Amino acid sequence: MSTRRTRTLAGWTIADLAVVLYALFPVWWIVALSFKDPATLTDGDFVPRRWTWANYRGIFETSEFTRALVNSIGIAVISTTIAVVLGTMAAYAVARLRFPGKRLLIGISLLIAMFPPISLVSPLFDIERALGLFDTWAGLVIPYMTFSLPLAIYTLSAFFREIPWDLEKAAKVDGATPWQAFRLVIAPLAAPGVLTTAILVFIFCWNDFLFAISLTSTTAARTVPAAIAFFTGSSQFEQPTGSIAAAAVIITIPIVIFVLLFQRRIVAGLTAGAVKG
Amino acid sequence: MTPPTRTRDDAVRKPAGPSRGAREERRLGLLLCAPAVVVILAVTAYPIGYAGYLSLQRYDLRFPDQAHWVGLANYGAVLTSPIWWQALGITVLITVVSVAVELALGLALALVMQRALLGRGTVRTAVLVPYGIVTVVAAYSWQYAWTPGTGYLAALLPAGSAPLTEQWPAIGLIILAEVWKTTPFMALLLLAGLALVPDETVRAAMVDGATFGQRLRLVILPLMKPAILVALLFRTLDAFRIFDDIYVLTGGSHGTGSVSILGYDNLFTALNLGIGSAISVLIFVCVALIALVFVKLFGTAAPGTEPEHR
Repeated sequence: MSTRRTRTLAGWTIADLAVVLYALFPVWWIVALSFKDPATLTDGDFVPRRWTWANYRGIFETSEFTRALVNSIGIAVISTTIAVVLGTMAAYAVARLRFPGKRLLIGISLLIAMFPPISLVSPLFDIERALGLFDTWAGLVIPYMTFSLPLAIYTLSAFFREIPWDLEKAAKVDGATPWQAFRLVIAPLAAPGVLTTAILVFIFCWNDFLFAISLTSTTAARTVPAAIAFFTGSSQFEQPTGSIAAAAVIITIPIVIFVLLFQRRIVAGLTAGAVKG
Repeated sequence: MTPPTRTRDDAVRKPAGPSRGAREERRLGLLLCAPAVVVILAVTAYPIGYAGYLSLQRYDLRFPDQAHWVGLANYGAVLTSPIWWQALGITVLITVVSVAVELALGLALALVMQRALLGRGTVRTAVLVPYGIVTVVAAYSWQYAWTPGTGYLAALLPAGSAPLTEQWPAIGLIILAEVWKTTPFMALLLLAGLALVPDETVRAAMVDGATFGQRLRLVILPLMKPAILVALLFRTLDAFRIFDDIYVLTGGSHGTGSVSILGYDNLFTALNLGIGSAISVLIFVCVALIALVFVKLFGTAAPGTEPEHR
């Protein structure tokens, strides 16, 4: 009996390991690539024979990458903030208040979050050129609203539906002012949902490639994913492989940190609206 | 969500003005939603409408002065062109194959994650990494892996082969990249669906002597059906708009371009805003059709109905 249990345990452990390897090995490959000495870049090894920071130093030497990094952070933070603030207001209303059209709002949000971005690229390209928004931060923040705001409304309303709003009433009965009831009772319950939504929206904005390559033309607003695609080697005869790998690792780091810190919350966020029901 | 007790409550407390309270609630609700609705209309509805308008014009950015109304001619040009149908075929193929593989693999992953005895947190964290990683980064990782001379995977192939320059191998690799990146998402949605299957039901089937396969097919999967359909709908719509992976892996050459790549090329290589917009509108129509088919045919719970079902 006990050997059978050991064997089952071993089986599942192997399965777990396989899953972890599956998920991480392409990531490890690009990390290894980024630390390879330019001379050994093409050896195909999983572990660099000579570790070097040269690729990282290289991308930070010119302003092309640092500028893109600043753009990425700025644009993603602004988009996330706007989406979460407007989304919280709407989701609160949907979860808490009675008014016509709230089902429609949620339904439309979900459909728009699934929207093909290419369908918006050509009109936005023309509109933004006319308005002078092309190749500016605002020119990317605005299209990011198309998916980030519906995503925020949808996820937040799923979270807010779970909050026992009667607690607020109970606090007021116990003598709390409306502001105290909100601050001490509702805000702490709502905060995890808002945080989770912010992380999911941030990941989406950070990840965007199509809008970023279509609606920018210089380093003024180009984000890292787009900048990577336009990297050139330090000479015409050199492949930009090392630079791309190093830049790729750098934009992956914030996401990996989010995932490590908020793993449980992200899972809750991904599954909150989608599966229950 | 608002429970009926609430209204009763209000009526008891303020017998004179329940309708006034309800009116105010309505006003506040609409007021809170208004900014979001205005932004959504401005950033989505308006551009789509504008795309429709542009698609009816001959509008080439190289000759902006010659822009004029051509009615449905752009649609005619796109729909009679074999290039559009090939891109559509490739897109449908990539969508169907990758979603099917993801469903099977995602289910296996979900079952492993559900049973994970050791380090469940670690497994879930690891699985979330592909979801979080920037698609372009993942695509480069695959591209280098398959580039002869640089990559570990290319080294496994016979010398001289360059899979990314041949149509079918390249499409296979695009599907592989897509599957790697999004299977974890599928697995997490399915895991949440698995959590909805009551343990007792599965155990009862076990006691009755059902094998694992029978339990899966007859008990677990039917109970997970809503979760599976939602995950399929999400992923199908998502896969249909595939762009990043193809752009990095092949750039759409060798007959690997999706409809999104085709739209992008018409806009930024050919600078033809009219044709590009017509393609944009057609892609939008395709996605709307997919959503409609799912909702009508498979009875996926229409989004937004959950609160009333509770």
